[in-house]
Amino acid sequence: MAEFEPLIIAFCCNWCTYAAADLAGTSRIRYPANVRIVRVMCSSMVNPFYVLKAFEGGADGVLVAGCHQVDCHYIDGPEKCDSMVEGLREMLHVLGLDDERFRREMVSASEGVIFAQVIRDMVQQLKRLGPSPFKTKTEALA
Amino acid sequence: MNLDTIIQETKTYNCLECGKCTSVCPVAKYDSSFSPRAIIEEALLGFGDELTSDRELFSCLTCYNCRNKCPCDVEFPLFVREARVIAQGNGQYGICAHSGQLQSLVRLMTSPDIKQKRLEWLSDKYRISDQSDVLFWVGCAPYFRPIFQDIEFRALDITEASLKVLNLLAIEPKLLPNEKCCGHDALWTGDVGTFKKLAQYNAAQIKEAGVKKIVFSCSEGYRTFKLDYPKYVDLNCEVQHISEFLAEKIEKGGVKFKEIKKKVTYQDPCRLGRHLGIYDAPRKVLQSIPGIELVEMEHNRTESTCCGTSAFTNCESYSNMIRKERLSEAKATGAELLITACPKCQTHFRCAMVDKGEEHRPIPKIEIMDLANLAAIAMGDKQ
Repeated sequence: MAEFEPLIIAFCCNWCTYAAADLAGTSRIRYPANVRIVRVMCSSMVNPFYVLKAFEGGADGVLVAGCHQVDCHYIDGPEKCDSMVEGLREMLHVLGLDDERFRREMVSASEGVIFAQVIRDMVQQLKRLGPSPFKTKTEALA
Repeated sequence: MNLDTIIQETKTYNCLECGKCTSVCPVAKYDSSFSPRAIIEEALLGFGDELTSDRELFSCLTCYNCRNKCPCDVEFPLFVREARVIAQGNGQYGICAHSGQLQSLVRLMTSPDIKQKRLEWLSDKYRISDQSDVLFWVGCAPYFRPIFQDIEFRALDITEASLKVLNLLAIEPKLLPNEKCCGHDALWTGDVGTFKKLAQYNAAQIKEAGVKKIVFSCSEGYRTFKLDYPKYVDLNCEVQHISEFLAEKIEKGGVKFKEIKKKVTYQDPCRLGRHLGIYDAPRKVLQSIPGIELVEMEHNRTESTCCGTSAFTNCESYSNMIRKERLSEAKATGAELLITACPKCQTHFRCAMVDKGEEHRPIPKIEIMDLANLAAIAMGDKQ
C-alpha cells in the first residue's frame, strides 16, 4: 500500500504568507506537494466555517497563516485572527480533533524558508497522525 | 418527496387563502415580501421550482403560529420543512447565521470515527452515575461557549443548573460521553440525510445505555426526540423536559424551594409551547417558588411571539425587530426577569440586547434566565 499522503488546506494572507510561498517557489526551496493554498486578503477574514468546511471536504490538516503582529497590512488582522483561532480550537477540541491538525502560523513575506519548513513539519506530523477522522464520512458520500 | 406529495401529506390543498397565517406570522409582520399564504399559493399553482429556489423559504421560523390559526389544518411548518429538502437539492440553503459554522459542526459530527471531549466541564460538584436509568441530554451546549461568548451567553450554565436540580432531587443521571447533535437544525433546514445519520447513531447509543427516561433542558432537542425520532428510529424510552420533570415532582410534594422575591415573566419557546403543547408545566414550577410573581406578556401561551430565528438560518434585520418587539413586551409587564425554557431563545434575546439600538429607540434591556437556573437557585444552589 502506498504511504498515506495527507492533504493540507492552507489559508494564506495575500500580503505575507502567500508572498512567502511565492518566494519559496522562486528560491526553489523543496517542500512536499501536499498543500493546497487558498489566498485570502487577510488572516483575520478566515472564520471558523472556512476551517470546518475544509475538514468537511476531507482535509487532514488546516493551516491559517498570515503576517506577524507588527507587519499587518490592515493594522490588527493577526490579533483578530488569534481571537478567532482561540474559539475555533476550543470547538475542535470538543469535537475530538487532534490539536496538531489545525495550525496557526505567522510567516512574513521574506520568510520563504520558514514557510517551507512549516509545511514539512505539518506533513510529517499528519503522516504520524494518519487520515482525518472526518474522512470516513466524506468517502462514504463520494 | 416531490412537491405534490408534500402538498398531499401536509394537507396544503385544503388552503382557503383566508390569509390568517400571514396575519399572525411574526416574519410577515416586518418583512412584507414574506407571506405563508403566498408560498402556499405558489406551490398550489405549480410554481414549485421558483418556490424551492427562493431564499425566502428559509425565513419561516416554523414557530407554528400559523398552524394554530389555520381553519383548515394546513401543516404549513411541515410543508416548509419538506420543501426545504427540495431546496437543498437545488443548492439553496438559506443564509446560515454565524457564517455556517454551526451547520458545519453538525455535519462533521456525523462522522462515526470521532471521539468527542464534550464532558470536560463536568466537575465533582455534580453526581452522575453510569447505572442510572435516567439520562440527561447535554445537547450542543459544550460547543456554544466560543461562539456565544461575546454575547455573554453560557449554555453550559443551564446544563449545570439542570444537573444540580436533578442531584437535589436525589437523581444521579447518566451522561453520554459521545452523544451527538440531536439533528434538530439539520432536519428543519432540509438536511434530512444528516438528521437520519445522527438519529440512528444517538438511538443506538441510548439503546446501549439501557435507560428508561431522557431528561432535556433544551426544548428543541426535546421536540426532536419526542416527535421526529419515532418516525426514523426505535427509541423505546420516555422523554421529558426538565420543566415537566420538576412539575411532576412538585405535584408529588417532594420539592422544597426557598423564597426568591422577584417579578418574572415567561417566554414560551415555540418548540415547547405550540409544537408540544406544554404551557402549564413551566408555569407551575414558577408559581411554586415562593416570592415569585409571574406576570404574563401581552402575547402568551398559544399566542406567544417567537424569539426570531430558528435553526440558525436567515437571521436578518426582521429577526431583530421581532426580538425587540418581544423584549418590549417583556419590559412592559414590569417584570425584572425574563424566564425562558430553551437555550436558543436566550441566545437570540441576548444577541438582540448587545445592540444598543438608536438613541430614540433603545433596545429594551431585561435580565434573562433559564427556568433550570432559577429552579436551581430556588432549591439552594449558590450562584
